[in-house]
Amino acid sequence: MAGEVPNLAESKLRALVVDDNLVNQMTHHKLLDRLGIQNDVVCNGQEAVDVHCSGRNYDLILMDMEMPIMNGIQATKILREMGIESKIAGVTTRAEEEERKEFMEAGLNYFQEKPLTISKLASKFKY
Amino acid sequence: MGKFMQGYLDEQFMELEELQDDANPNFVEEVAASYFKDSARLINNIDQALRRGPLDFNRLDSYMHQFKGSSTSIGASKVKTECTMFREYCRAGNAEGCLRTFQELKKEHATLRKKLEHYFQVQASDQLCVINQLQNMC
Repeated sequence: MAGEVPNLAESKLRALVVDDNLVNQMTHHKLLDRLGIQNDVVCNGQEAVDVHCSGRNYDLILMDMEMPIMNGIQATKILREMGIESKIAGVTTRAEEEERKEFMEAGLNYFQEKPLTISKLASKFKY
Repeated sequence: MGKFMQGYLDEQFMELEELQDDANPNFVEEVAASYFKDSARLINNIDQALRRGPLDFNRLDSYMHQFKGSSTSIGASKVKTECTMFREYCRAGNAEGCLRTFQELKKEHATLRKKLEHYFQVQASDQLCVINQLQNMC
């Protein structure tokens, strides 16, 4: 991996990983840890909504598209309707144009194709 | 990673190795264990779905989407390629193509599993050698 890994611990950023896949949960959690970003992990869009209803908020949400119970598109729409202004990055292996458009229109700030890497994530935190 | 794993794992696996640190010294092995547990479940689901006629291509595609997602995250390039091909056959409603590709996928998956088991064993014994050498120096 070229270049130094930025340490964002001092910025006290918080992130939420929303993904039903355990491998993705582990890797995204670890990626954020390595950047010094505190993060929580939930398994689907409904849990992402619930965690915000409980009063928690985040600077960045990594939102998978296809999940059971509530998918990323629906969850993003609901979070925006709730007034959540966090940066939401849509993260998926699905990258067909129409699906990407639908996901973006739900309220994403970014779209990021999997797999996520340190450099892809770090580029989202240009403070 | 070496020639032993070449072609089976792509640069994403190296990204995972970069994440391994003193706080999580077995991170990659833990991710691999989760991957194989999850993929065994998916293989079983797909196997059962392929035995039912007529084939539910939407369900099969959904399972394979999950499989491709995990495979992408661990860097399992050959398995990922077979997942992509399977999904194309699903979209074309090609049952024979799905069955054929699934057999290939299972072979690649089994090969990857053996290679990774060996890889982690070698790593563990390398680490033991280092510890023994350090102890001998004291």
